[in-house]
Amino acid sequence: MEIGYYPGCTLKTSARNFERTALAVLELLGIKAVELSEWYCCGVNFSQVQDNLMLQLAPLRTLMKARDSGFTRILTLCTMCYNTLRRASLFLQADEERQRIINDFMDRGAASYRGDEVTVIDLLTLFREIGISEIGHKIGRSGIDLKVAPYYGCMLLRPREVAVDDASDPTIMEEVLQSVGCQPVAYPMRIECCGSYQIVNEPAVVWQRTRLIVESARQNGAEVMVVLCPLCHYNLDSVQLEIQRTDSRFQTLPVLYLTQLLALLAGIGEGNDWSLHSVDPRPILKAKGLL
Amino acid sequence: MSKTNDMVTVYIMGEAYQVPAGSTIISAMEYTGFQLKKGVGCREGFCGACATVYRERGDYRIKGGLACQTVVTDGMVLTQIPFVPAEKPIYDLKTLTPDVNTIKLLFPTVFRCVACNTCTKACPQEIKVMDYIQALKRGDIVRAADLSFDCIRCGLCALRCPAEIVQYNAAILAQRLYGRYLAPRSPELDERLEEIRQGKFAGELNELASLQREELSKRYYERTINLK
Repeated sequence: MEIGYYPGCTLKTSARNFERTALAVLELLGIKAVELSEWYCCGVNFSQVQDNLMLQLAPLRTLMKARDSGFTRILTLCTMCYNTLRRASLFLQADEERQRIINDFMDRGAASYRGDEVTVIDLLTLFREIGISEIGHKIGRSGIDLKVAPYYGCMLLRPREVAVDDASDPTIMEEVLQSVGCQPVAYPMRIECCGSYQIVNEPAVVWQRTRLIVESARQNGAEVMVVLCPLCHYNLDSVQLEIQRTDSRFQTLPVLYLTQLLALLAGIGEGNDWSLHSVDPRPILKAKGLL
Repeated sequence: MSKTNDMVTVYIMGEAYQVPAGSTIISAMEYTGFQLKKGVGCREGFCGACATVYRERGDYRIKGGLACQTVVTDGMVLTQIPFVPAEKPIYDLKTLTPDVNTIKLLFPTVFRCVACNTCTKACPQEIKVMDYIQALKRGDIVRAADLSFDCIRCGLCALRCPAEIVQYNAAILAQRLYGRYLAPRSPELDERLEEIRQGKFAGELNELASLQREELSKRYYERTINLK
């Protein structure tokens, strides 16, 4: 199956491990992700401002380009992009006045856009479509004794209208992990916020959140954590060593993109630049026979 | 055709003037007696010095273009822009890396782009300005250098950008990074440089340098051009 693919800027820079392993895993599952020939930064955060429609142009322009390239739906790997693009679609669909203003401002001659022409889907939704058992069949391994903490964060679940699963009790990542032979760890912090962009101005917030999330996963037996959001990855991974420097009792936990783990389980060793990790995941992966 | 049909009315900085229909903005301004000392250059649409903004009768939009290439219309409102006061960071190319971190360091405003496309609409060269800014945002220096290749640094993109990005200076950086770090190296260039170093052309060059003007001129006009 072929699907339009919107990478987003971060997957081309600091989250290269995510893109490379995800595309490799998708190929294994028989999905050809075709990168849009022209795409733009999604805007990163969905704008909460109701009356400044200029802030909606970035996500909507990409969706228009996708439509013009013949796609009726596109896959995003980055959950920030997913959240922004999906919400921009809904924002436009709901309101003819907004459609008129946006289309007036777009380039002359461009066909107008309603917001419902292109559906934005995330990786987990695609996994569910492929079939969890199918993924287990193609990727799974038996005898891997690896306890994995799935971390959802905000972007896949909130607000409720873009949630990819039950917004307060998601199970999809656990299902995927189970199907491929890992042991999903139940822990209370899996749908909490990592602190997001507070890392810029109030990094102490992210330190505190990371500590809570990592300790919660550790206490429940996790050996690695998996995420699908580049910002969650950055926050949860990058500040752990700093926390440990100030408190030697703090135990670090390697953070991987879910697709890095799936690729390794499938025997795909390439695509990982380990220097993009602060907490080195290689020791635990080697210990489990994945590297 | 009567004389009035050959003339159109333009408003230069608010004042009405009759100028010949078919004039470019520059020739119209000079026709009325303005002497342009800044904001004018090659008059061939190539140097980018004469970027200007104007409005046409019955249209609410500010438009942009090169004054030497844009023909006046009746009722046009004109001014000239002598200089674009845009920010230009100073850097040492040798110390930079051709990736997104360099863009973040030297042109942080690039990351404010909201993809409104106003820059592309303003560009008289029909460059996909917003597309190359977006390429820079994701560290795709090669694409940015390629898309911005025809830029003549007129500055209209920067004047119109709501995010205050100085697109054309970011484009120069992309082109320099491309040239220094990313462009494929041609083995022919190295071979030729080595030949020059070894003095292969020294004889011919010294001979030319010793000639008098008349002989040099004769040789110039008699030369054959071998495009192979």
